[in-house]
Amino acid sequence: MRMYAELPRLMTMMTGDEKHGPSATSTLDVLWVLYDQVLRVSPDRLDDPGRDRFLLSKGHGPAAYYAVLAAKGFIPESWLAGFGSAGSRLGYHPDRNLVPGVEIASGSLGHGLPLGVGLAHGLIARGLLSPRVFVLVGDAELDEGSNNEAIVYAGAVGLPNLVVIAVDNQSSSYGWGAGGIEAHFAVSGWSVTRVSGRDHAALASALGSSVEGPRLVVAAVEGKS
Amino acid sequence: MSDMRTVFASAASSLLDEDPLAAVVLAEISADLFAKAAARHPERVLNVGIREQLMVSVGGGLALAGLRPIVHTYAPFLVERAFEQVKLDLGHQGARAVLVSIGASYDAARGGRTHQAPEDVALLDTLPGFTVQVPGHPDEVPGLLRGAVGVLDSGSTYLRLSTESNRSALPLWPGLQVVRPGRRAVVIAVGPMLSPVLDAVSDLDVTVAYTTTVRPFDGEGLRALASASGTVVLVEPYLAGTSSFPASAALAGRAHRLLSLGVDRTELRRYGTPAYHAALYGLDATGIRRSVTDFLGSSS
Repeated sequence: MRMYAELPRLMTMMTGDEKHGPSATSTLDVLWVLYDQVLRVSPDRLDDPGRDRFLLSKGHGPAAYYAVLAAKGFIPESWLAGFGSAGSRLGYHPDRNLVPGVEIASGSLGHGLPLGVGLAHGLIARGLLSPRVFVLVGDAELDEGSNNEAIVYAGAVGLPNLVVIAVDNQSSSYGWGAGGIEAHFAVSGWSVTRVSGRDHAALASALGSSVEGPRLVVAAVEGKS
Repeated sequence: MSDMRTVFASAASSLLDEDPLAAVVLAEISADLFAKAAARHPERVLNVGIREQLMVSVGGGLALAGLRPIVHTYAPFLVERAFEQVKLDLGHQGARAVLVSIGASYDAARGGRTHQAPEDVALLDTLPGFTVQVPGHPDEVPGLLRGAVGVLDSGSTYLRLSTESNRSALPLWPGLQVVRPGRRAVVIAVGPMLSPVLDAVSDLDVTVAYTTTVRPFDGEGLRALASASGTVVLVEPYLAGTSSFPASAALAGRAHRLLSLGVDRTELRRYGTPAYHAALYGLDATGIRRSVTDFLGSSS
């Protein structure tokens, strides 16, 4: 089993940039903690109806995602070098139809959370009550109004199996005011918490919490420089 | 006689009872018609409020969970407002749903442009793989709905309901079916255009063929029907020319004449009845007759 310390090398296979350490990628620690400690998924149960679902809504800059998928054995490490090339399955936005373990195709912002609401509903409708749906969004992605439709609705109907992780690198031009992103979810009835997006123990505790959803975990990271 | 929407709600409710994987997603519109079904199947009848983007995305998410979603609201809000959700959260994901619209081109003549979507089929035509069904009579709706849910493993369907209706239903058939034969041309009537077409050409020597299925387009059927006259008239209840491309493609390589009738792009800015709008667009029997006789001329 590969370790966190190997991720920079895997990412460098895609970026070709030796300076790309973990701190250069806002989602890297969240993704690692999810796949290492939280998600009940593995390469040998890709189609298991009872698996957790992880939806990378913020499909931009997926190098960290692919690196984690390679580290956890979902895709061969050899795929990374071809990132974005004509023969590669790994594009600049991921496609569920091309990459094992990828649950949605993303790239256009504001689609993952609404899809996750439907997926959470669907699992319940099928009597699959243990798998959870985790959706990773970016703070600026929440600018998209489609998210607001999902936030208010999910809070009102109460989806116990839905968890949103908002990676907050303060990149939204107009921000979320004094109460932060979590205030906007809390007013719609979500359970909310904020942790450091670089603190693995805190992330694992918040993401793995047994508090009933819908839940929001804001993972705060350093702002874009 | 019940209208298409009422018949649809009843048929969809029966599907919910029979199929534990069937689901219905609504955005307030028609929620009253699904109240009993929602009471029986609260986990599979979802009303997301006035949130059409979410409605389509929830349909996509349900499909990813293995369900067979039916997504329903007014045509402009289903296809136009939520178009990127249709493109990405269904098409690009490989998730499948049955989209069922009401309102058609000018059912809401009194409602104005906001509730009219003559461009819906043309817009869906820009996406790969959608089957498009345009019933011409309420009695055709249950079979088309069941068929659409039945083929979800192979693709999504758009089912376009209207308050406009032919005088009687025809048996369901996946392609063009000849209603009456003739020699000078083949006139293709889509969905509720059949009765006005039959009235328009009652004394003309033309073949009238009917279809509910406009995508995939029955190019083979058109080639066979047009082989003698080489003259084709399309009469569609949505944007004029929507099926011109597949019709032309079917007849490529042979001399043919094609007239495409439908709703034109003019914004009327008038209210009134659907019949009034049909007349303004030349889609009542009088207008269709005028267009067809002008096109055929006196020579052939």
